[in-house]
Amino acid sequence: MALIDLNVNGQQHTVDVSPDTPLLWVLREHLNLPGTKFGCGISQCGACTVHLAGAAIRSCSFPVSAVGINPVVTIEGLSPDGQHPLQQAWVRHDVPQCGYCQAGQIMSAAALLASNPSPTDEDIDRGMQGNLCRCGTYLRIREAIKDAAAQSDSQ
Amino acid sequence: MKRRTFLKASAVSGGGFLLGFSWLNSPSKASADPQDPVRINAFLRLDPDGKVTIYSPNPEIGQNVKTSMPMVVAEELDVDWNDVTVEQAPLDTSRFTRQLAGGSQSIRQGWHGLRNAGATARHMLIAAAAQILEVPASELTTRNGVVTHGPSNASRTYGELAAVAGTLPVPTEVALKDPSDFTIIGTPRRNVDGQAIVHGKPMYGIDVQREGMLIAMITHAPAFGMRLKSIDDTAARSMPGIVDVFVIDAEPAQSSWADVNAFPEKVVVVGRTTWEVLKAKRALILDWEAAAPAESTQNHEETLTALMESDSGVKGRRDGDPEAAFAAADQVVDRTYSAPFLAHNTLEPMNFFAHVTADRAELIGPVQTPEALRSTVAGVCNLPEEAVTIGLTRMGGGFGRRLYGHFGVEAALISQRLKAPVKLLYTREDDMTQGTYRPAYKIRYRAALDVQGNLTAFHARGAGVGANAQPFPAAFSGPGFPASGVDNYLAEGFSVDSSVSVGAWRAPVSNFVAGAEQSFIDEVAEIAGRDPVEFRLALLDRMVNAPVGEGISYEPERYAGVIKLVAEKCNWDTPQPGVHRGLSVFYSHNSYVAEVVEIEIDDGRPKLKKVWAAVDCGIVVNPLAARNQVEGAIIDGIGHAMYSAITLTDSSPDQSNFDAYRLIRMPEIPVAIETFFVDNGIDPTGLGEPALPPASAALANAYARATGHRLYRQPYNRDIEALRVRQPEG
Repeated sequence: MALIDLNVNGQQHTVDVSPDTPLLWVLREHLNLPGTKFGCGISQCGACTVHLAGAAIRSCSFPVSAVGINPVVTIEGLSPDGQHPLQQAWVRHDVPQCGYCQAGQIMSAAALLASNPSPTDEDIDRGMQGNLCRCGTYLRIREAIKDAAAQSDSQ
Repeated sequence: MKRRTFLKASAVSGGGFLLGFSWLNSPSKASADPQDPVRINAFLRLDPDGKVTIYSPNPEIGQNVKTSMPMVVAEELDVDWNDVTVEQAPLDTSRFTRQLAGGSQSIRQGWHGLRNAGATARHMLIAAAAQILEVPASELTTRNGVVTHGPSNASRTYGELAAVAGTLPVPTEVALKDPSDFTIIGTPRRNVDGQAIVHGKPMYGIDVQREGMLIAMITHAPAFGMRLKSIDDTAARSMPGIVDVFVIDAEPAQSSWADVNAFPEKVVVVGRTTWEVLKAKRALILDWEAAAPAESTQNHEETLTALMESDSGVKGRRDGDPEAAFAAADQVVDRTYSAPFLAHNTLEPMNFFAHVTADRAELIGPVQTPEALRSTVAGVCNLPEEAVTIGLTRMGGGFGRRLYGHFGVEAALISQRLKAPVKLLYTREDDMTQGTYRPAYKIRYRAALDVQGNLTAFHARGAGVGANAQPFPAAFSGPGFPASGVDNYLAEGFSVDSSVSVGAWRAPVSNFVAGAEQSFIDEVAEIAGRDPVEFRLALLDRMVNAPVGEGISYEPERYAGVIKLVAEKCNWDTPQPGVHRGLSVFYSHNSYVAEVVEIEIDDGRPKLKKVWAAVDCGIVVNPLAARNQVEGAIIDGIGHAMYSAITLTDSSPDQSNFDAYRLIRMPEIPVAIETFFVDNGIDPTGLGEPALPPASAALANAYARATGHRLYRQPYNRDIEALRVRQPEG
């Protein structure tokens, strides 16, 4: 066990965990942030996607000891008022079915838009291909990302 | 958690009054205190401030019943949908019937009960207003949660009337709205949990937290038909955070269909946190021994292939003299189709919360069959059923997997042993390798054609592999297109015993039969020199005008209707160069779906352009969500047919996670899907499943049109890639 300092959603935390604990389980079980989901444990489904220093990472396979001073952002902290353009677009397009993958999808999409504010369909496909949606809501995810990009453009 | 708030609120409203599907449940503890919220009936709570709470009875697996079922109640109640709050009801068989997610039947079978719940409550609110305003009920009207007396312009809100309404007798028969007056049903309404989902609020079984809760994980045998020989848990026990290691046997003394479990014997590790438990689980040294003969995909393939030549199968429907008709045929088309085991792979792995004490068991989690789970838990924990409660969480996918609730039973046994609240969690590997698969299938079709290219005989012979597989002819107890449209018909089949457990996987049997049958019909039409649309319509015409034999379970006019609709919408008769289309149509779960897939060939691979779907599922409660279901089902059907398989070596699944088990991803989906619903005012039928079965054949038929190659084996991707290698120019 080791004491590890973390900056998550703008707040400082110290957790006492084994250094090899994946960030996912620290978020879910030590910091009470269960919005980030467990799907596969091997970075194949994207349900556990969070931002580390702004980049999308798979928290299920990312040891907490490797986080360092880099800020972590989860779905709970994506926007201060909880109204990120992607979250709004997701609701507008009624994207979710079961909803389980959607936090990871939104986090991947947010990282994509941060680096590429006006992605083409191909950019979206490439940026989102690491996120599985077992219900098959991909069409709506694609549309919601395009819509959010357009909304941000016009602001 | 939201759930606890609900349980509390429910207790508060216990002083109110309830009415369920059992109309004789008249108010036992009616309260006329206007300050109390009133539980008008099983589905409804009215607060004095006008807040309307509708309890959604059925488990939510992503099919959107948590929005659509309350919409039906709200419609007949006549309230503003914006004033409605929806709560998930726990299992409560005293108030609800059929709290089950399966067979695409929630709306179809709930329809009358949901409407009556709303209409009855509205009637009682009117009666209360009549009493208070001292006017005849016939002079009162309702709108958006307000009862109005036209002549005097007096009005009362439902909230103001609830306390009195709750004391009135429950009418046994009330008039329902004319569908043309619907203002909620048939209008697009967003998912009631949409905001919570996009903000990552805890609502799934995996999110359940409880003071003092322990985490449990399991290990099952690495292969089907194996038993535990010895266990060395010395290292695991000594690891940090580990509370206990033990073996359970979750086999119930009496089992029902929902108790499918290939591995009732499990090694359990319990500890404080998931990561600690996972590490200890990996440190277990387990020795297993075979208790059944080894099986492999190759064995199964050989067995199934041999059966396709055998006429000793269980006989299904038979019309005319098929043997004579095949002997007299000008041409016989003979094709065999196959598909592998599939795992459900709900993205939320199996999990359940249980807290079992000496005299009661509290369970919370994702299960499609809570009533069956309660019964099994009561049995294995030796408790009366009344002592077992099942709280329902939103589920991270179902697809049939959570019809089989052994993980809930296991959680209960673990909690009972530890005398502590426990959350059981499967890893993806535990989940993907535990069975309950869609059976592996093979089916052989033969068609006899006369010199004019007319179908004179049709023969289907199918077989499925699985420990608990139904004899395949069960597949033909349904429609078996084109039975009744052809003079001579024969269906027969086999089931192949196995140690591999199988179960209902979204659109059971249909998920395979539709792809095979509709690929075959398409190829027969092509060989007969007929247009795929015209060929099918001619067979359906025969079913209407001169049906053969015992009849069929569906209406051929509606079947033809969706074919005509999809053909019209995609301009079937005006093909475009370089773009290739395939048609497929299937009836399942009481609904009719025709689909056309349009593709281009890019580097030898099908690139999906557009999909058109025509759906006849009667009244569409929520078109926004209904379209989502159809889109998802098409992508699901195409994805699994293209890419997915569980194969076996030495009885062990070769795939245990998404690195080896391929699921469709965003770059592989169609560019667009356009869905058209038949507007016929018929009471609603299934929608969560019926759009999946036709999708695979629509793709295969488009691919055949584009390349001249037919696809007979799923996952199609293997043959498509093999053809690319042979014909690099594509």
